[in-house]
Amino acid sequence: MQKTLLFLGLLITLGATAQSDRYTAAMQKNITLLDSAKTIDQLQSLAGTFDRIGDAEKTQWLPYYYAALAQTWVGWNPETKDKDGNAAKIKSYLSKAEAIEKNAETYAVENMLSTQQMLMDPQTRWATNGKDASDALQKGMSIDPNNPRLYYLQAMSLFGTPPQFGGGKDKAKPVFEKSIALFKSTQPKPLYPTWGLPQAEQGLAQCQ
Amino acid sequence: MKEMRTPALFLTLLLTAGGLTAQTTITGTVKDGKGHPIRGASVTIKDSYDGATVDSLGNFRFQTTEKGTFTLVTTNIGYNPVEEPVSLSGVPIQLHIVLKEQLSELKAVTITAGSFTAGDAKRGAVLSSLDVATTAGSNADITAALKTLPGAQQVGEQEGLFVRGGAGYEAKQYIDGTLVNNPYYSSVPDIAQRGRFSPFLFKGTVFSTGGYSALYGQALSSVVLLESIDLPEKSEIDATISPIVIGAGTQQLAKNKQYSYGASYNYVNAAAYFALVPQDADYFRMPQFHNGDANFRIRTKSGGMIKYYTTFAYNDLGLRRQDWDSLNMKDAFGLTNHNWYNNLSWRDYIGNGWKMDLGASYSTNLDNLGQQVQNAMNQPQSFPDSVFWMSFKNFNIDQRQDLSQIRGVFDKKLGTLSAIRFGTEYWYAYNYQRYKNPAYNTDSLFKFHDNFNSLFLESDIYLTNALAAKVGVRYEHSTVINKSDIAPRVSLAYRTGPEAQVSLAYGVFYQKPENSQLFYTANVGFTKATHYIINYQKMSRDRIFRIEAYYKKYEDLIKTVPINYFYSTYNNSGTGYAKGIELFWRDKKSIKNFDYWISYSYIDTKRNYLNYTEQLMPNYAATHTASIVMKRFFTKIKSGVNLTYTWATGRPYYNFMLENAKYNLAEQGKTRDYNSLNFSAEYVPSISNPKARTFIVLFASVSNLLGYNAVYGYNFSYSGLYKQPITPPANRFYFIGCFLSWGVDRSQDAINNNL
Repeated sequence: MQKTLLFLGLLITLGATAQSDRYTAAMQKNITLLDSAKTIDQLQSLAGTFDRIGDAEKTQWLPYYYAALAQTWVGWNPETKDKDGNAAKIKSYLSKAEAIEKNAETYAVENMLSTQQMLMDPQTRWATNGKDASDALQKGMSIDPNNPRLYYLQAMSLFGTPPQFGGGKDKAKPVFEKSIALFKSTQPKPLYPTWGLPQAEQGLAQCQ
Repeated sequence: MKEMRTPALFLTLLLTAGGLTAQTTITGTVKDGKGHPIRGASVTIKDSYDGATVDSLGNFRFQTTEKGTFTLVTTNIGYNPVEEPVSLSGVPIQLHIVLKEQLSELKAVTITAGSFTAGDAKRGAVLSSLDVATTAGSNADITAALKTLPGAQQVGEQEGLFVRGGAGYEAKQYIDGTLVNNPYYSSVPDIAQRGRFSPFLFKGTVFSTGGYSALYGQALSSVVLLESIDLPEKSEIDATISPIVIGAGTQQLAKNKQYSYGASYNYVNAAAYFALVPQDADYFRMPQFHNGDANFRIRTKSGGMIKYYTTFAYNDLGLRRQDWDSLNMKDAFGLTNHNWYNNLSWRDYIGNGWKMDLGASYSTNLDNLGQQVQNAMNQPQSFPDSVFWMSFKNFNIDQRQDLSQIRGVFDKKLGTLSAIRFGTEYWYAYNYQRYKNPAYNTDSLFKFHDNFNSLFLESDIYLTNALAAKVGVRYEHSTVINKSDIAPRVSLAYRTGPEAQVSLAYGVFYQKPENSQLFYTANVGFTKATHYIINYQKMSRDRIFRIEAYYKKYEDLIKTVPINYFYSTYNNSGTGYAKGIELFWRDKKSIKNFDYWISYSYIDTKRNYLNYTEQLMPNYAATHTASIVMKRFFTKIKSGVNLTYTWATGRPYYNFMLENAKYNLAEQGKTRDYNSLNFSAEYVPSISNPKARTFIVLFASVSNLLGYNAVYGYNFSYSGLYKQPITPPANRFYFIGCFLSWGVDRSQDAINNNL
């Protein structure tokens, strides 16, 4: 009897370990690929891969987050023509992630999604999508006031806004600096996002 | 470690896993129904990590280590997912998957034949609400802005929209579904009046130049559908200061954002302006306008809206102009108007895909007007019978128009996009006119009541995202003429390319004769127009190109049957047609921060109506009309500059003289071409300071900058020997104003926090 229990316990432990090893390995491999991905096809294919991992795992928000993130990079690519269609894809991945967990990182993607939607037609969309983008930053910061990526995104918004509208290099510079300081002082958990430091440094350089 | 105690078991497990690593390669294509590749679609072995994303050629390829029977899922946003079983055994599998596009509001075609949509949240909108306000020459008058679109004539001597060969009264305005009886300030002879409603009251405007929906009727040529704003974005107080107008108002939005209320008042007095800018006419009573309005809006629990809007207006003016029969006499015209308008609407969702739109409206309009012939000393003149036509220029009219309406429309969604809707409306109209002529001791009273009823049924049918149809029918009955009609309406849209589509529209439209005719006879029927429209449109986010051709047939138009110089009766023997081609091009992309649109209309139209002696081109129609509207905002100086240039060929004019109770065409001709360059500029200093509590806009405009002398037509003397040109009261119109608002501007917060 004792042997049987031991055997059963063993099987379960083994199974679980094998499962999480497979997950960690797949995630690490694809996160590395995402860091170096450049073309729309590469990014799109990674978004699909992360989405599949998410669908198979069912309880992890990170795969969906990365799927949304990869799709967001597609959105920033000037060659992407159907930005509304792309935004719909980002949204579908992001809402799967947010159904599991809403946190500072998902709000960062939400900010980029709304910003991309707004930039398609700023004159008519700033009142709606622009508002959503700023709300996402505020909500993210209220959850994690020390998230470097949220400050990087805020700095980018200020950088892109003409001084006449309350933006500009002078306004963006201190926020870039704050973001870089936070990047250097925080240590992300395994598999958690790390992107943003080089971009923030580049942004700061442009403010000089 | 427990694992170490049972190495054999662990090994076995590993071996089993190893045994499964014989891989199956799956390749294939994913395309849509038309064979176009679906880039970015995802192909997945359900509940595994294995799968692939489709490339730009529609191909995919991946390997899987799974073995056995699994489900392969292919998905892409906007398409119905496809699942199919696959047997994984190491043998390569090739698949050709076809995904069917979902019906979606974003991708489906919209019917564009005969209609221009303006609004911020509207799909296929041609103009935004702000465009209406910032079109140079419009001075925030909705009708003036709509006149820069194809289809509308440049008529400057009368208010109204003269669309595609139709007279001004053939175009009607509806607010939240109910008809507006007096959309313009009361007529002054030969001077067009502004609309009563500010463009800032509305979130959406549809300008139909023909072929419109069965939900609306009683307009032979055009409807303007105005949709009022739901809740305001913020609470605020605003003020207007200008040499012509002062005003103040407030909008209060509840903290829970579920209801709002507001009121405003403004006062217009032209005295200071006329002292600075001389007018052709001699104003003996300076134009004064008092306008007050109030509203409340409530959001219901189910997401519907209840809205009430009321406005009261009083205005008074008096002016003297040269008489056209006697050059040493003047005609002094005076007008006092009271107008009260009320609109209550309730839109709600009542479950199971049903939506209801209920509306009620009441308006009353009272005009007291009179004319007097005066000599050079401004003394009233009376005339002997030998010059009886002069005696008819001395008169007083008191008139009143009341209209009460109720309307209900029920709408049921069928599937994703298709819908069926039906409804009814009832109008009760009371019209009264008292005419007095001192020379003949005339004191005539005309009045009538009308109970007008309509029933309508309409269906939106979407066969695919690329093909849509709207089919409707409308029944109308009017008691004053005791006639009924049935008007069918059909329109279709078909997508011919990624951003291109063709639309067709057909419809029959009926309209009651005008009040001025019904006062004399009720023995008339509905006037009738049939529209055929074909439209091609290519629209991307920053560019719109439209070309539209139409044919319109008029039947049963009202003809005047003269009894004597003053009295006439009417019948329905008039006919006419209009056909034409119109172009519209808007481009916000080619030049940065610069936005322009170009409209061109060609029309061939003739009609035999009223006192016309034969089929003639109506005196409000010009063969060619073109407008270019330009807008540029300079962020550095926080200012915007707008220019509108309009050109139209000359319009015909006629002198129909009455001889032996019959009209003769004594003289005809064509006016010169019409040109007008309008300029406006705005300066928005507070835009740089998003935290500013006071938001300021300085606005200046000049209409007819180049001072072109417009001639709209001629007034003929009784003898027919002298004709006096109809011209605007002043060559140019100037406006400067300062608009202030105080409030928490949420949109500014959005810029501040986000950009």
